[in-house]
Amino acid sequence: MTTRTAYINARLLDPATGLDAPGALLVEGERIADLGPHLFADGVPEGVAVVDCGGHCLAPGLVDLRAHVGEPGFEHDETIATAGRAAAAGGITALAALPNTDPVIDDVAGLEFIARRAREERLVKIFAYAAVTRETAGSQITEFGLLAEAGAVGFTDGLHAVADALVMRRALSYASAHGQTIFQHPEEPRLASGSMNSGEVATRLGLGGIPAAAEIIMLERDLRLVELTGGRYHAAHISTAEGVEVIRRAKAKGLAVTCDTAPPYFALTEVDIGDYRTFFKLSPPLRGEMDRRAIVAGLADGTIDAIASDHLPHDQDSKRVPFAQAAFGAVGSETLLPLTLELAHKGALPLLRALAAVTCIPAGILGLSELGRLRPGGPADLVLFDAGRPWVVEAEKLRSKSKNTCFDRRPVQGLVLRTVVDGRTVHACA
Amino acid sequence: MDTQDMTAFPHRHLLGIEGLTATDVELILDLADGYVEQNRSPGRKSAILSGLTVVNLFFENSTRTRTSFELAAKRLGGDCINMSSDGSSVKKGESLIDTAMTLNAMHLDVLVVRHQESGAPLLLSSKVNCAVINAGDGAHEHPTQALLDALTIRRHKGTLRGLTVAICGDILHSRVARSNIHLLNIMGARVRVVAPPTLLPGAVDRLGVEVHHSMATGLKDADIVMMLRLQLERMQGQYLPSQREYFRFYGLDYDKLAVARPDALIMHPGPMNRGVEIDSLVADDIHRSVILEQVELGVAVRMACLDLLTRGHRGTGA
Repeated sequence: MTTRTAYINARLLDPATGLDAPGALLVEGERIADLGPHLFADGVPEGVAVVDCGGHCLAPGLVDLRAHVGEPGFEHDETIATAGRAAAAGGITALAALPNTDPVIDDVAGLEFIARRAREERLVKIFAYAAVTRETAGSQITEFGLLAEAGAVGFTDGLHAVADALVMRRALSYASAHGQTIFQHPEEPRLASGSMNSGEVATRLGLGGIPAAAEIIMLERDLRLVELTGGRYHAAHISTAEGVEVIRRAKAKGLAVTCDTAPPYFALTEVDIGDYRTFFKLSPPLRGEMDRRAIVAGLADGTIDAIASDHLPHDQDSKRVPFAQAAFGAVGSETLLPLTLELAHKGALPLLRALAAVTCIPAGILGLSELGRLRPGGPADLVLFDAGRPWVVEAEKLRSKSKNTCFDRRPVQGLVLRTVVDGRTVHACA
Repeated sequence: MDTQDMTAFPHRHLLGIEGLTATDVELILDLADGYVEQNRSPGRKSAILSGLTVVNLFFENSTRTRTSFELAAKRLGGDCINMSSDGSSVKKGESLIDTAMTLNAMHLDVLVVRHQESGAPLLLSSKVNCAVINAGDGAHEHPTQALLDALTIRRHKGTLRGLTVAICGDILHSRVARSNIHLLNIMGARVRVVAPPTLLPGAVDRLGVEVHHSMATGLKDADIVMMLRLQLERMQGQYLPSQREYFRFYGLDYDKLAVARPDALIMHPGPMNRGVEIDSLVADDIHRSVILEQVELGVAVRMACLDLLTRGHRGTGA
């Protein structure tokens, strides 16, 4: 017998349809059976389990465009189990894992490994990107067709830019034949050889600088190639004001271009690095205040489509070192929702627009249009959260195996109460 | 007296010039002046650091700085141990922290650290109980070098205030330049940097300096011409086309020096690349070059720093 669960007394939020109304939602088995303001107006029938949402927000589970899951090869930093628990605690019900593992996910067997491990853990839905080039070495493109058939949600060299213009041209061109998108880390690698944003702070700290131009040059080049090939292109974690402008112009031209950013780029600046705080060492680096504001504006006007967690776990050994030697990246699964909500709380974005950036829009970019929305017949991937509840991020309490968060001790607002994947509760706030 | 002095120098470590006040700097320089005299007198050893241990932990080679610190510690009667570690063998930074923890367990009083990465001494200072002195970290700071430069200038010019100081050469990679920029600004000097654009860090003008790409304008009416060492690897086409070209445009010779004030001092943190950043005739000009005096005063400055930073450890009787 199919289990039925009624989520009553909820504030239903569906960014895909613009729904923001009190009501209820019925889950039957793995699917949403019905939802709306008038559902269960006459009471919940017998035999239906009831979850009283207490007036809190019930929204589609978050779809994370980009995260590292540690396996295979980096299990000391994170495993699919710990990444899944962290994601679930963050209200994420589906994520796309980057291929920068060891070995790199550049063949069908690698994709199948991720899929199998995700099935075994039965936490959140884990999809995987495949590498654009073999071993992400930047020279030979991978078997896009076979990999797409095996479930790759897109192609990216993840942490590395596809630096060779000819390889990028061919990748965009070839991927378009399979209806696939190339996801680029837009950073000219030679210009990006420093360890933080180029400028006064880097000069004071005596650290090698990464100029904004490293991002802009790569974006400009890639967009020319998109024009040349007619390919589909997604720029990951935009961090600069001019980067936003370049994307804006490309979209105005009608190119098949999308982009995202990550919370550090709208919530922090290079000044947060302070005295060599390595947890703030990110790729791309944290930029200046003008860039931060431009990222917020880009999100508000839709130039920046989505917000990804950019979850990149590192153990202590990789971070408790001098800044230049420290690894790039921070964990982000568990802070994605509250930091995204911060944009709404501050009035920078309407609540539904903020939620769209972490639900239906990333799902669409990944070609998973069934996800990230509340729709009868759609999968019951839900997040119940108290949008106004204040809490303080505490690194040591994160579910991720690594605790390298940029937001330790930051007061935030918006607590995940329950995360549901295919009708199963995978996280419930204690 | 000791309590008063500790209040006067309210820092547990010396990690950089940035963060010091003019009063802090004056205090160090005044104390160092006394040590210059001690070093020049026959009874140059005292017992101020008696029973205390100073460890020189050098992850980068530096005979001159290490020797200077060693002499400083020994002249104050302290025990001094030199430890070196090949930077390349310390790939994983945990080794750096492990090293610090290990040394900490041995109850040191002062750890003098040189490291190829900016911020490494700060990282160490958070893991040890003793005082840490930064003896040069990456392209960040080299505070005792700036202090000894300041002492040299002050002894010749009487003050730093109002002087025009031109720092010339590889500003981008130079911790000496950064520490000097901070110190000279704190003390009221006017600072210029003179370098080709490839050897200047981003937004350097925001550090309170005038930026010049030409020695002719950069050195004009300068009271002090401070040359920097150019690492040989910078000359192989990435930053500069050639050594010959660098010397032609940025090497200090009498022609370029002619626009500076006639009594301008010539300084260099050493070791010098003669014929690259400085002409031998200028470097050895006994009337204008104070390069060897810088080395001499370096010991006194380091004695002053060791003295100030260990006052808390020595108790009132020291």
